[in-house]
Amino acid sequence: MTMQNKPVTSASEPTAFKFEWSMISRHGGVVALIAILLFNILITPNFLHPQTLFVNISQVATIAIVAVGMTLVIATGGIDLSVGAIMALSGALAPLIFTSPFAEANPELGLALSIVVPILVALACGVFNGALVSLLNVQPIVATLIFFISGRGIALVLTNGNLQTFTNPAFSYLGTGKILGFPFQGYLVLIIAACVWWVMAFTVFGRQLLAVGGNERAAELSGVPVKRVKIGAYVICAGLSGLAGLIVVAINSASDAARIGNLMELDAIAAAVVGGTLLQGGRAPIFGAILGAVIIQLVKYTLLANGVADEVALIAKAGIIVLAVYVQQARKE
Amino acid sequence: MLDTTAFDLRRYIQGNNHSLGVWITLIALIVFGLLRYENFGGSYNISSFLNYNAMFIVIAVGMCFVIMTGGIDLSVGSVAAFTSVVAAYLSPYGIQVALPGAVAAGLAIGAINAFFVVVMRIPPFIATLATMLGAKGGALVISGAQTISIDWSSNFTKLGLEKAFGILPWTIVITALVVFGLWVLLEKTSLGRTVLAIGGGEDASIMMGLNVTRAKVLVYVLSGGCAGMAGLFLASGFGAGQPLEGIGWELSAIASVVVGGTLLTGGMGSITATVAGALLLGLVFNILNFENGRGVISLSAYWQMVIRGAFLFVVIVFQSRVASSAQKGAI
Amino acid sequence: MQHLIEMSGIKKSFAGVVALQNASLHIEPGEVHAIIGQNGAGKSTLIKILTGVYRRDAGEVKINGNPSTVSTPREAQDAGIATIYQELSLVPLRSVTENVMMGYEPRTRLGTIDWKTAHARTREILERFGIHIDVRAQLGSYSTAIQQLVAIARAVSLNAQLVIMDEATSSLDDQEIEILFGVVRELKKEGVAVLYISHFLDELYQICDRVTIMRDGQTVGQRVIAETTKLGLISEMLGRDPEEIEAAGMTGLGGETTEPGRPLFEAKDISTKRGLKSVSLTLREGEIVGLGGLLGSGRTETARALFGMDTLRSGGIQNHVVGGNIRTPAEAISAGIGFLTEDRKREGIVPHMSVRENMTLALLPKLKKMGRVDRKRETELVERFITSLGIKTSGMEQPIRELSGGNQQKVLLARWLALEPDVLILDEPTRGVDVGAKFEIQSIIREYVDKGLGVVLISSEFEELVEGADRIIVLRDGYSITELENPGITEESLIAAIAHHHDEGARG
Repeated sequence: MTMQNKPVTSASEPTAFKFEWSMISRHGGVVALIAILLFNILITPNFLHPQTLFVNISQVATIAIVAVGMTLVIATGGIDLSVGAIMALSGALAPLIFTSPFAEANPELGLALSIVVPILVALACGVFNGALVSLLNVQPIVATLIFFISGRGIALVLTNGNLQTFTNPAFSYLGTGKILGFPFQGYLVLIIAACVWWVMAFTVFGRQLLAVGGNERAAELSGVPVKRVKIGAYVICAGLSGLAGLIVVAINSASDAARIGNLMELDAIAAAVVGGTLLQGGRAPIFGAILGAVIIQLVKYTLLANGVADEVALIAKAGIIVLAVYVQQARKE
Repeated sequence: MLDTTAFDLRRYIQGNNHSLGVWITLIALIVFGLLRYENFGGSYNISSFLNYNAMFIVIAVGMCFVIMTGGIDLSVGSVAAFTSVVAAYLSPYGIQVALPGAVAAGLAIGAINAFFVVVMRIPPFIATLATMLGAKGGALVISGAQTISIDWSSNFTKLGLEKAFGILPWTIVITALVVFGLWVLLEKTSLGRTVLAIGGGEDASIMMGLNVTRAKVLVYVLSGGCAGMAGLFLASGFGAGQPLEGIGWELSAIASVVVGGTLLTGGMGSITATVAGALLLGLVFNILNFENGRGVISLSAYWQMVIRGAFLFVVIVFQSRVASSAQKGAI
Repeated sequence: MQHLIEMSGIKKSFAGVVALQNASLHIEPGEVHAIIGQNGAGKSTLIKILTGVYRRDAGEVKINGNPSTVSTPREAQDAGIATIYQELSLVPLRSVTENVMMGYEPRTRLGTIDWKTAHARTREILERFGIHIDVRAQLGSYSTAIQQLVAIARAVSLNAQLVIMDEATSSLDDQEIEILFGVVRELKKEGVAVLYISHFLDELYQICDRVTIMRDGQTVGQRVIAETTKLGLISEMLGRDPEEIEAAGMTGLGGETTEPGRPLFEAKDISTKRGLKSVSLTLREGEIVGLGGLLGSGRTETARALFGMDTLRSGGIQNHVVGGNIRTPAEAISAGIGFLTEDRKREGIVPHMSVRENMTLALLPKLKKMGRVDRKRETELVERFITSLGIKTSGMEQPIRELSGGNQQKVLLARWLALEPDVLILDEPTRGVDVGAKFEIQSIIREYVDKGLGVVLISSEFEELVEGADRIIVLRDGYSITELENPGITEESLIAAIAHHHDEGARG
């Protein structure tokens, strides 16, 4: 299952491609990525400038991180609409913590708490989502709808709807730091993806998660702790969303609970689907999700850089999603 | 041995208790409001409450049809935003043009959804997600990302301001007609029954020789049309086409439908209970306003999101218990 | 004489796999016609072509002598062909009336549905079958048997010329089958033809006039049923000599009965919410205990209780090997119990996963090495089972959905055998499996039993029970009523035990 991800990572050898339809549909994502890259290299001014790369990496990072979590949830046959709201919640909490008098007095501890506490809160949201889905048998769309509506509400209540701006270089490192000239969150994405991929490919939890998505009854009757596995998926997804919320805040050095992670659930789902995740569950192509996020980001960037309005970019995104799923569907039949 | 049941009260309640909760809660909230706030039952409050919530009701009812087939329509909010712009552009020609225009625009986007879902076989969730983005983009493109003011000199303004036959605003009357029409469609026609049958088992419906394709096309087109109507109300209520509105409406609509006891997996559902669900969610906000008006506490508008979420939680927990007991009875 | 249905030279393949080649079918007006054949012989495909679910690749279909234009189930219904499928043909969430009338509802003058007439008409049709139920209630709230009869009622209400019944009796008890046969004879009298598909050959002799035999996608014979013997039909179905079959015995379960060892568990007077009233049974090492009884007698329910799927209301299960209370399947598995479920597709395979992943699903906790799956041990184990069970697969990484039913079943059997369980519950282990694989699976089970495995066997095929089980616990309405012991059990004595207590129960 996870083996199918391999071609994605070896995208560096386009000459090896035979142009057969089945190849194109199986590696549609890679083909699309190459096409977009070629197009940009030829058309978009300054595309090969390092600055372009950095901008795209920092923008794609949050989508990619959330998409990885979303992929796990979708692999169980579920969906998580609350990711954007959880981002807002953790993004609102962090500045509240490190601008508090206590944190001003103990900067190191304050910084640590401002990262740990929001993520813990996010994990708790995940437990809540997972518990609703697995213990109360609520359909995932409905279960996560609760936090979708109220999570952002809580964030707004906490901040009173105010924009919180701050200067905290240590915290901002999450969003603006660089290692060897590349943005810090780029590394973070790769580390997270590698870890999650490893978990899915080699651990008992990963195998059980895919089994739950593939056939829940069968998994349960084979002694798979279905409820625990499902809760696990939602918790991981929520935790990653919390982290993504922190990164957004760090990039902007400002936190606006009304805007953080807005529509992120859609981007994340789109990235997962473009990356080859089946909505019915049972497959979790982690690097596919990263690829999906990159494609979506690049399309957005391409259009903007070439003077196409933001609005039209939305329509393009819609087109990509439909196309990706249609190809997926066609392959199945 | 075979004549086990002539009439079983428990079974009757079990068949209908999905929507029992919403009615009880709605009545309780109304009673609470009437007892606690002086002007709660006043004609001004009732009329403005209904006027504002008309668009949510219409959308929720359309959504209900889609959900009954086991599908979902995430595009409704964006469609409403789009058609509110269409309505605003058409407002100089009067309501007789703007209304059919906005609804037709909604129907057209609904038809695109239907094409994606029925012909291209794309899962509804994804298909309507795409049209959601597309319609949003479309709304921004045609409006230039600006609100488009309606023509105040045309009769378009009558929609929200003038009362039909001197009793209720036109918006409410139209909403009532739409709701009634759709209720008849669901309860009294073969097509409506087919919609429910599809949600209960699509393969079985095909085997029974029902026209599944037609019914599925119908629900998406219908939902689009309802969203188009909501966009019209939006434009008339705010005096302008609002390309940026409609965010999260689809989820409120789903919430209304679910609170109303319709199964998200399809096969069971009720129009009236969906309306009750929409009213219930609106009422939370209304009561919050009154509570703030008393001056004792002051809850910001943000609280309504929290409270709505909490409400949804309570209803869902209630329903999940009911559903699990009903399921055990069935199998 | 003009045929009602005339199908000839029918060909059909799915994605390159041939399902039908040169199949034919002739049905006279007003006859009861059977189709028999093994699983995969092409019976369902042929019928689905007739009813417009599938499109044929080649061949001719005539209805009343005219070329058929049917291309959807709806058109088939309108052409007078009503079908009752084994599954999938009703909507349990909707009312009984809707399920009978759907698509043909009576209308009022306004064009809306006339519910009053619809309910009344439905009630009337059902009463003709002797069923008195609340037609407004959800269909799903009634038993499977009643649902099946409702499906038949729907077919009858459509004024069909031909009613197709695909495994219509598989979930009915004797009494209900009698009602069904009554309906079939009634239809015949009215000149309606019935196409009857069943695995139970005895039924065919009771009601059918003629039979079409299919094998490997071809029609290999058409006989007048009164002129055939059961053995003759079977040999034609399998394409083997009658003598050969007789010599080989019907199943591979029979064998030397070894002296049973120490007791594995004792269940005493257990009852559950699911209709188990009071069942007692013990199982010892190296023995097969069969659960006999009709559908709904509590066989699967007993298995569910033993496996921790349903909580016990009363009574207790003493597990001698591990001990402790079993409340979930996971606990049952760690206590050394395996459960091969009846519904392979819904409760068995994980279709996306490979043979390897499917086989080791239950074993994962034991393959765990610091959270990781021990791939080396896993591969070795899977290889061993593929060889020893003779699983036909292109490799352990092949997705299980691409395997045949029999091979899927072997993988699932391996899933449990790999756990080295003390107790294995087998619910219809050979259903939907072709004859060859059936024999192999039965032999594998016997082999493990000889090595000390205790098996609880549920089977609707009496011969499998009679030949295989050391003891048979006979169940009825959730009670264990008697116990038969081998040697000495015959199909007749088992049937007698079930029937005898049935009568007794009816009197008491």
